[in-house]
Amino acid sequence: MVSAAAREAGALRPETVAAIEREMAKYPRKRGALLPALHLAQAEEGWLSPAKIAAVAELFDLRPIEVREVVSFYNMFHDRPQGRHEVCVCTNLPCSLRGARDLLRALESHLGIEAGETTPDGRVTLRHEECLGACAWAPMMRVDGGYHEDLDVERAKKIVDGLE
Amino acid sequence: MQSIPYVTGYLTEHCGDDAFRTFDGYVARGGYEAAREALRARKPEEIVELVKNAGLQGRGGAGFSTGLKWSFMPAGGEKPKYLVCNADESEPGSFKDRLLLERAPHQMLEGILIAGFATGAEKTFVYVRGEYQEPARTLQAAIDEAYARGALGPDVLGTGFRHDVVVQRGAGAYICGEETGLLESLEGKKGQPRKKPPFPAQYGAFGMPTTVNNVETFSHVPHILRRGVDWFRSIGTDKSPGTTLFGVSGHVGRPGLYELPLGTPLDEIVFRHAGGVRDGKRVKGVIPGGMSMPILPADQLDVRMANEFLRERKTMLGTGGVMVMDEDTCMVRVGCVITYFFRDESCGQCTQCREGTGWLHKVFQRIERGEGRDEDLAILEDVAAKMEGQTICAFADAAAWPVQGLLRHFRSDFEIHLRERKCPFERSFEL
Repeated sequence: MVSAAAREAGALRPETVAAIEREMAKYPRKRGALLPALHLAQAEEGWLSPAKIAAVAELFDLRPIEVREVVSFYNMFHDRPQGRHEVCVCTNLPCSLRGARDLLRALESHLGIEAGETTPDGRVTLRHEECLGACAWAPMMRVDGGYHEDLDVERAKKIVDGLE
Repeated sequence: MQSIPYVTGYLTEHCGDDAFRTFDGYVARGGYEAAREALRARKPEEIVELVKNAGLQGRGGAGFSTGLKWSFMPAGGEKPKYLVCNADESEPGSFKDRLLLERAPHQMLEGILIAGFATGAEKTFVYVRGEYQEPARTLQAAIDEAYARGALGPDVLGTGFRHDVVVQRGAGAYICGEETGLLESLEGKKGQPRKKPPFPAQYGAFGMPTTVNNVETFSHVPHILRRGVDWFRSIGTDKSPGTTLFGVSGHVGRPGLYELPLGTPLDEIVFRHAGGVRDGKRVKGVIPGGMSMPILPADQLDVRMANEFLRERKTMLGTGGVMVMDEDTCMVRVGCVITYFFRDESCGQCTQCREGTGWLHKVFQRIERGEGRDEDLAILEDVAAKMEGQTICAFADAAAWPVQGLLRHFRSDFEIHLRERKCPFERSFEL
């Protein structure tokens, strides 16, 4: 049952709310669906605004702070606006051994930002990440969720340049 | 990613075949027959006994007896029971579960059905790390197909047994690979591990009796049922039967996955299979089982890859992630990367871990920058010793062990940094 408050706040699209309710039904306690709900809520605009967090909290009968606490624990949830595209370079040991740090630095200077920042035009957020499970195909990066493996600097730049 | 390992075995022989991902393709290879037979003709306790006798060890890192773990589940009772499949593969250097999820999802699901029947569980939650978007999608498609074909749901394979499978995606936290951190996360909370006891078999997911097994562990189960205990025990070593997927990374000619019997010598994996060190260089050190496991120096690579042998060298098999480092590698830099990771991923619950991981990283960094102090090696040893065995979960141990390994085998790398007040390894990988 969606509360009137969550609906009226309009912070979440009706189809998102419906999808969250479908997730809730899979668990013996609805809170089990909180991570799936946050993924769904974040997918709307790429980040979790205070209004969206409040709306999710409402759906789960939680206080917003209880949801924020979960949001802040996980690297993949963002509580501030992100670039239109997310570029994450793995810099853990297997990737570093095969040149990941040079790759990250090349992308930093190519984009004119440091890891953790977003280009001024809002196009790309660049990040370094921990091991992404692609160690044999290092160095690698994750772009908008998809893996690009066996990279060199030129290929990585080309992929980033291709992002609208 | 490559679709099949360079060396295949019973787990991966069909992974290159696209049809193997589908219900029909799997069934055509004899899939779901072991589950059908087990659910029809065997008693749950018989299956637990069989898996115990087979000697299957969990493939998620700790190497605990799978059959024994199943036997901890209470028999009968009113409460629902659950299985959890740990697909939160996040141990740096590990990438085997990703292949099994992407290329052989039905093999894992069949293992889940057999385990579910053996433990009396009515539902399995598969917790897939958040970054594995594609593998999660592939798995969900396989689950949907299994429901449509009657291999999941109220009447599994026409046997009257009910089993449901739910996929949950994580959201980027290494600690959720720890089984009780995973359970907390599954319940929609921060993934901070629980105090044990109670163990998950008594108080697991949503407070119900729960068994947590890794993706690869489940994947072995149908083969054991199909071909028997003697067959399984004929592969690998007496104490560590079966094959496993070794993931080789770092400075080797052919990084990739290799399905080989447990007990295969490490040097055989690195030199015969993975092509040895690239560019004709010599090897300096190898981490044998994912980043938490202590490193071995070049003169100890004759060790056989099974816990009973690795323990003698003060390390462990972990997740089978083999990371190879060439002669140019600066082991202080290696320590900087390792300690950064653990500092970043500590869940912050226990003081020893929260503070200790930060101190380890700080000291490694100053040694690397040439600002190390004479007492720094003693500080590293002291901090690592005080973290080990002192916390709610094994994360702090996992952070301390690699540091101890580096100091045990590569002390001279540290001493040169302290003496020369700089990093002398100019050809080492960049930090």
